[in-house]
Amino acid sequence: MSSLPLQIAQALLLVLLAPVAAGFVASVKARLQNRHGPGLLQPWRNLAKLFAKQVVLAENASWIFRFAPYVVFTATVMAASCVPALLVDTPLSLTADVIALVSLLALARFFLALAGMDIGTAFGGMGASREMTFSALAEPALLMSVFVLSLGAHSTNLTTMIQHTLNTPIMLQPSLAFALAAMLMIALAENGRIPVDNPTTHLELTMVHEAMILEYSGRHLALMEWASMIKLTLFATLIIDLFMPWGMVAGPDAAGLLLALVAWVLKIFGLLLALSLAETYLAKLRLFEVPEFLSMAFVIAFLGLLSHYMLEVNA
Amino acid sequence: MSPFLVTLMTPLIGGFVLAAVEDARIAARINVASGVITFGASLALAVSVAQVGSLNAVGGWFFLDAFNVFLVALTAFVGMTTAIFSGPYMRHEIAHGRMDARRMRLYHSMFQLFQFGMLLGFTANNIGVLWVSLELATLATVLLVSLYRTPASIAAAWKYFVLCGMGIALALFGTVMIFFTSSSVLGHGNEALTWTLLMDESSKLDPVVMMIAFCFLMVGYGTKVGLAPMHAWLPDAHGEGPTPVSAVLSGLLLNLALYALVRLKMLVDGATGTDTAGHIMMSFGLLSLFVAAFSLHKQRDIKRLFSFSSIEHMGLMTFAFGIGTHLASFAALLHMTVHSLVKSGIFFTVGHAAQAMGTQKMTGIRGLIRHHPGIGWGLLVGTVAIAGFPPFGVFTSEFLLLTATLDAHAWTCILLLLGLLVAMTGLLRFVQPMAFGEPASDAVAVRVNMLPVYVHLLLALMLGLFIPGFLAGWYDQAAALIVSAPLEGL
Amino acid sequence: MNTALIQQIIDGLAALMLLVSFSLLAQHRMLSVLHWFAVQGWLLAITSAFVAYGTGHHELYVSAAMTLLLKGLLLPWLLWRVIKRLHVHREVEPLVNLTLTMLIALGITLFSFHIIQPIEKISQLLTRDSMAIATACVLLGMLMMITRRKAITQVVGFLAVENALFFAAIGSTNGMPLVVEIGIAFDVLIAALIFGLFFFQIRTTFDSLEVDAMHASLVEREEEE
Repeated sequence: MSSLPLQIAQALLLVLLAPVAAGFVASVKARLQNRHGPGLLQPWRNLAKLFAKQVVLAENASWIFRFAPYVVFTATVMAASCVPALLVDTPLSLTADVIALVSLLALARFFLALAGMDIGTAFGGMGASREMTFSALAEPALLMSVFVLSLGAHSTNLTTMIQHTLNTPIMLQPSLAFALAAMLMIALAENGRIPVDNPTTHLELTMVHEAMILEYSGRHLALMEWASMIKLTLFATLIIDLFMPWGMVAGPDAAGLLLALVAWVLKIFGLLLALSLAETYLAKLRLFEVPEFLSMAFVIAFLGLLSHYMLEVNA
Repeated sequence: MSPFLVTLMTPLIGGFVLAAVEDARIAARINVASGVITFGASLALAVSVAQVGSLNAVGGWFFLDAFNVFLVALTAFVGMTTAIFSGPYMRHEIAHGRMDARRMRLYHSMFQLFQFGMLLGFTANNIGVLWVSLELATLATVLLVSLYRTPASIAAAWKYFVLCGMGIALALFGTVMIFFTSSSVLGHGNEALTWTLLMDESSKLDPVVMMIAFCFLMVGYGTKVGLAPMHAWLPDAHGEGPTPVSAVLSGLLLNLALYALVRLKMLVDGATGTDTAGHIMMSFGLLSLFVAAFSLHKQRDIKRLFSFSSIEHMGLMTFAFGIGTHLASFAALLHMTVHSLVKSGIFFTVGHAAQAMGTQKMTGIRGLIRHHPGIGWGLLVGTVAIAGFPPFGVFTSEFLLLTATLDAHAWTCILLLLGLLVAMTGLLRFVQPMAFGEPASDAVAVRVNMLPVYVHLLLALMLGLFIPGFLAGWYDQAAALIVSAPLEGL
Repeated sequence: MNTALIQQIIDGLAALMLLVSFSLLAQHRMLSVLHWFAVQGWLLAITSAFVAYGTGHHELYVSAAMTLLLKGLLLPWLLWRVIKRLHVHREVEPLVNLTLTMLIALGITLFSFHIIQPIEKISQLLTRDSMAIATACVLLGMLMMITRRKAITQVVGFLAVENALFFAAIGSTNGMPLVVEIGIAFDVLIAALIFGLFFFQIRTTFDSLEVDAMHASLVEREEEE
């Protein structure tokens, strides 16, 4: 029963590390652009500052607007606590189903979009409509790429899938490569990174995520920002879980946990490094090209599914 | 040198020589000479094959039996008469500024290379080489179709190239699939594509793979045969190219594609032991017959009119080969011969008619008989022959085909008759005013060379009245070859 | 290397081949189309080298080298020159919009997997799995020829079909006999040259490389009285 505190610690770790991870991406990008950058802890400092500030509400803001940040944050944290980071088998592992995970994120997105439209400004509505359009394409693609993986494990439960990956000998599987490519593309889109959305600008014509939270301030804004940082770390962890879980431990033993922690941190920061490189070298897509980008991700995931049946099943 | 090598190499050498000859007049003569030599050698070849039954040449790479040797002779003959026809015809085109000396060189050279590709395809004993030669013949004719460099001719050539390229790619895929299954029987070398060996082992080939392969081959080579619905390139390519090219496309190239299809069908039948492949061919044939018969009525351009008639007849032959009985194959072979003769003859006539009237539009061609009796009668008689009136050979072969259909699939007879009737009315309705009617005022006198036309029509007439014993024996042998295939496999 | 690993590598290359075929379909700009076409050529060469190594058919090294020269370098370079010379790097608008094309392409892939399935069961070859992918690639190349308006993209589609055929020959039958292969390579080269010739003819005659313009001229020709 000592695993329950471990489970909580793991979720806390993910939630607390998320702003650092976001800071890491910002710093690496700054370095790549020959700037000094704000440092790893800047997101934390921002959050602290925002929590201290007074909330300014628009006149016609309804309860949904005030309610949304809490729902978004809670849903995201719940999703984060489902995802195994260090321990494969946790008390919550029964709930660690990818479909449940996707729907938790969908719930968060739903409220985010509602909040965007609630104030009635042009930007909020525009952002919400774009977000929903993209997510309608991104979610099937995400599920499709997860299905590719679950075909081998015969389950969509994350714990089972990780155990399956850990227990089978390493071999070249084209379907996994397809699924990974699709997953990376979706992760970029879901987190509003370049080339789909640019998290650092507020450009009217193109912003998606920023447009929806434009009216927020104080602790509401802090929660929204934090939630999106957690989502980034969450996706990184999900990719690690699904494609490279090596290093995770099955049961709670101290040495193994330490090793798992080191492995996880290394892998997370490796992925984030790749993300910052990609963001530096890629140009943002024009808005109408994003659906194409997402349908490409879907196609790739589907190809993964087909090639699984074609190349791997009958061998 | 053996007659076989002479037959095959003359066009190849001729192609290279003609590429270097500047003077169009001399080039035309060399062209004719090469045609005559090829035809003479092919006759000698036919005689020697008739004596021994079948023969391998050049270490088994080539193979001749009753089926292909008669097609070789036919190809060489039509090639020769086309070369004779093209001399004065092309001089007229140069005089009217539609051609220049450089393009004449290209024309002559490509004409011979096309002939080489055709003969190589007919004689090759390797289905891979067969594919290569068909592609070679196609590539040679693409440049010929766009020879006039008018917008429409370039567009037609492009369409021809892209559609046939696509078709031929599918055919290659089918060939690869055959190799896929045969390499497990015959080993991983040329043997696995050698037709004679494949034929011996056809019952050991995997039926499922062969059937899938046949579907690809059917669509692929079917595009080249001009079967509906893949026929879109054919009327354009025939309509826009120079007339000698239309004549050889219609009279010869389509035959080669159909020949390839029939050869491969023999393999597939041997492997599957059923006549599914035949049924597929029959449906394509019937569809082409109908599409062409009804399209005939909508034409405005005289060359397009007769190219649709080619689609109709290729459909008939495909249908006949599809039935696959001895009688039907006999009819198909006879039909192939008379169609090649009559259709190329008609195209010669049409070419002269268009030159005389200065247009290919049928509304502009009127009263040929009064103005140019030779051309007018040639066109009328040719049309009557191709429409299937007795006593021409087309009637005989169609009659035989109908008889064979009655035996095998009686109910399709009605469809066949209907299609033939529609096609016949379509042709006569347009040709009647062109032949009779009031002559157009702006007609010009042209030097015509109707000799090839009369020779072709006379031959067709002769085949309608009586088939000489040696020819009938040939058809009989060839039909027996085609038919016996599935029996061996069973 | 053991055969299992070779098999996996070839399967992986087959999957990549499929992916490249999709990428070719998804491109907007002429230069990226060309770029992916070259990638396909290289992939083919690598595949045939691996098959040669795995099966011990040494003549496949020859076709690998031929492929690399012809399809990986020469043809892309020729097309690149045509594009430079004729200034056609503008965006290519497909006839059917991209998402729909992708869906059709997926359907085609499913279809080809379906028809090839009976074959896969009976073959004992090292590379039997790639037959379905080769079929899909052939049909995808045709889709590209159908859905594009520019003459050059149609040609790239045609050459992609040829590539897929070559892949079928290499990947699923361990290579056709050398004579046939040389014949095919020769034909492709001639075809490419004729295509190049055509580009200039079309360009001078129609002042554009849009296939629509050509088609219009045929219709006009047919309708003029």
